[in-house]
Amino acid sequence: MSTTFDYLDRLEAEAIHILREVAGQFERPALLFSGGKDSIVLTRLAEKAFRPGRFPFPLVHVDTGHNFPEVLQYRDQLAAQLGEKLIVRKVEDTIKRQRLREPGGKYPSRNPLQTYTLLEVIEEFEFDACIGGARRDEEKARAKERIFSVRDEFGQWDPKRQRPELWNIYNGRIQKGENVRVFPISNWTELDVWRYIQRENIPLPDIYFGHERTCVVLPSGQLLGLSEHLQLDEEDEIVTRQVRFRTVGDSTCTAAVESDAATVEDIIQDLLLAKVSERGATRLDDNISEAGMEDRKRNGYF
Amino acid sequence: MDLLRFITCGSVDDGKSTLIGRLLYDSESVSLDVLAALEKRQASGGVVDLALLTDGLRAEREQGITIDVAYKYFTTPRRKFIITDAPGHVQYTRNMVTGASNADLAIVLVDARQGVIEQTRRHTLIAALLGIRHFVLAVNKMDLVNYEEAVFARIATDYAELTNHFHLPAATAIPLSALQGDNVVKPSQHLPWYTGPSLLEHLETVPGAVETAAAPRFQVQYVIRPQTPELPDYRGYAGQILSGSYHRGQRVRVLPSGLESEIEAIEVNQQEVETATAPQAVVMRLRDDVDVSRGDALVLAGPEAPTLTRELEATLCWMSEQPLWPGRKLLIQHHSALAKAAVPAILYKVNVQTFGRIHTEQAQLNDIVRVRLKTALPLALDLYQENRATGSFILVDELTGDTLAAGLVEAANAEYFTAPVAPPVAFSI
Repeated sequence: MSTTFDYLDRLEAEAIHILREVAGQFERPALLFSGGKDSIVLTRLAEKAFRPGRFPFPLVHVDTGHNFPEVLQYRDQLAAQLGEKLIVRKVEDTIKRQRLREPGGKYPSRNPLQTYTLLEVIEEFEFDACIGGARRDEEKARAKERIFSVRDEFGQWDPKRQRPELWNIYNGRIQKGENVRVFPISNWTELDVWRYIQRENIPLPDIYFGHERTCVVLPSGQLLGLSEHLQLDEEDEIVTRQVRFRTVGDSTCTAAVESDAATVEDIIQDLLLAKVSERGATRLDDNISEAGMEDRKRNGYF
Repeated sequence: MDLLRFITCGSVDDGKSTLIGRLLYDSESVSLDVLAALEKRQASGGVVDLALLTDGLRAEREQGITIDVAYKYFTTPRRKFIITDAPGHVQYTRNMVTGASNADLAIVLVDARQGVIEQTRRHTLIAALLGIRHFVLAVNKMDLVNYEEAVFARIATDYAELTNHFHLPAATAIPLSALQGDNVVKPSQHLPWYTGPSLLEHLETVPGAVETAAAPRFQVQYVIRPQTPELPDYRGYAGQILSGSYHRGQRVRVLPSGLESEIEAIEVNQQEVETATAPQAVVMRLRDDVDVSRGDALVLAGPEAPTLTRELEATLCWMSEQPLWPGRKLLIQHHSALAKAAVPAILYKVNVQTFGRIHTEQAQLNDIVRVRLKTALPLALDLYQENRATGSFILVDELTGDTLAAGLVEAANAEYFTAPVAPPVAFSI
C-alpha cells in the first residue's frame, strides 16, 4: 500500500512535529504572537498539536504601540477564545526603562526597538525557546536560518556557527542564558499560508481584506494608512483608496496594497497574479541595506 | 498537489546557484522587487547574476560562494518544490549532508568542460549513502563546449560507469546551460540532438515522496494530560508516525519497557480515525494504563519489530572541529529518545571517492567513519538502508549542546536481556 499526501498535509505534519519537539525539549517555551496571519496559523497548529490539553506555552505579544487597533482587538479575542495565557509587553515601557531614543522622521518606526523589549521579556520569564511564524521565503537571510536557531545570551544569531540540522531530528540543547528561536512554518510560502487559512477556515483581522482607508502616498508610490504616529507635512498627498494589508506590522512601516479582495479565495487569486514579494510590497524597513535583515537578526531581532 | 524536495550538488563554480536562479527565474517565481534589488547591485549593468538569488549572507556575497544551506521554494501547476542549495566546497561537506538528509532527489552538476571529477564522485556517494534514490546528472555549461553531443555523451557514459560500479541507482542525464537558460525550463534550439525532457519537466514528472509499506514506527514526543473536570483521566501520546500505518485495535508493545497494550484510539486533530499513516502527526491512546513517556516507541510485536539494543555499528559524518577519538563520551538523540553514549572504537574511515576503507585513529571535521557505539539506554533501532526515519540519529556534545555528527545505523545487536532465549543446544563430546 502506498499513500500520497497533499503538500499542505505534509507541511502541517512537519509543523506539528516541531511544536511537539519544543514542548518535549524545553522547560519554558513561549509562542510569539503578533496577531498577524503567520502567528494565527501557529495557534491553529498548536491546537492540533496539544488539544485536548492546554498549550505548553503562553502567547507573548511585543506591543510597539504602533499597532493597528483591529489587530489588538483580534489578539485579545483569540487569546480569550483559546483560553490560553497572553503576556503583553510594551516597547513604550522599554523605551522609558532603558532611556532609548524614540525614532524620529516622518514615518517613525519602532521596529528596531522591538528587539530590546523581546530580549527583556525573554529575560523576565526566562524563556528558553521562542516560537515564531517567520518563513524562509520572506527574505534571503531567513532562507539560511535553521528551524531550531540557537541564540546567545544577547539574542544574537551567528550564521556561520549554525548547527547542522539533519532529517527531522531537532537539537534544542542549550547552555544557561542561551535561547532557541523555533520556526515551525519555515518551509511554508505566503501562498501556502493563505491556502491553509482557506482550508482550515481560520478567521482573520479585517485589515487583511479589501476596505476603504485614508492613506498617505509615499514617494515610492506605496500607500501608508493614515495614523496619529506619522509626522506629515503639507505637501503630503492624502487619498482614500480600497486597500488591504498583505502583512501586519507596525502601522508606521507597513504599506497597504490596493485591492478589492473580499474573501480568502480573492486574496489567493490576487497573490497568484502578484509580481511583487510580500516584504517588497509592504515593508519600508527592509530596503535600508542589502544585509538589512541579516544584520538585525545578528542583533537579536526575530 | 504533491511535494518534491531536491538538493543540488557538485563542485564550486559548477553553477549550482545560477541553475537554481535560472529555475526560479524562468518559471516566473522571482518577484519584481527582488529582481530590482539584484539589478541595483549590478552596477555595471548587463545580465542579472542569477546566483545572487540564493547567496543570502553577507560573507557569501563577499566571497562569491555558498557557505550554508539555503532553502528556496517554487510551485508549478503540477508540483510544489523545496530546493536545498548546498555548498560545493569540500570544507562544507557537513552542510551538504544536512541538505541531503531531507531530499528525495539529487541534481549532480558537472561542468561540461571538466567532466566527472573528484567532487562529483564525493557528492554522489554521500547522497547515495544518505539514501537518495533519484539522481539527475545535469551537464552544465554546454554553451562553452559548442553544445556538442559528443561531450555530453562522454560525460553521461563516465557517470553511468560510476553509478554501475557502486551499484547506485541510474541517473537521468540532461545537457543544459544554466547561464543561457538552455533546457532548464524550456527546451533549447541549441540542443536539437537531445530529445529528452528539460530539467523542470523531469522534476515535475519524477516520482515524488510516496509512503512505502515500511514497518510501522511511532515515537512519543509529548504526553497530553489535560487533568480537567471533563477529562480527568485522559492520557494521550502525541507524536508523528515515522513510517508505516497504525490501526485502531492493534496490539502494540512499548519499547524499551516491553509492556504491551492495545490502541484504543488514534486521534488526528481530536477526531478519532481508524487508520493513520506516516507522516501524520497523531495522538494515540492505549487501552491499559501502562507507563509510557517521551522517547518511548510504540511498535507491533513480531518479526517486524525494531532491534532493541545498547550496541550498534554506525556510519558517522563528523561535523565538529573537535575530533572524535575512541572512548569519547557524548549524547545520542534518536528522534525524541536521548541517551548517554560512548564510542569504544573507530573501525575505519571511508574514502568518499572509492568507498574504500582507511585506517584512522581519530575522526576530523567532514570525515565519514564507521564506528561502534554503546548507549546507556536501549534504543529501538532499524538499519538506515531499511528505514531512513528510524535508522538515523545525531550525536550531541553534552557540555556545549552542539550537534557533532549525523549517524546512520548499519548494524544493531539485539541485547541479551531482550533477545528471545535460545533453545538449549545438545551436544556430545
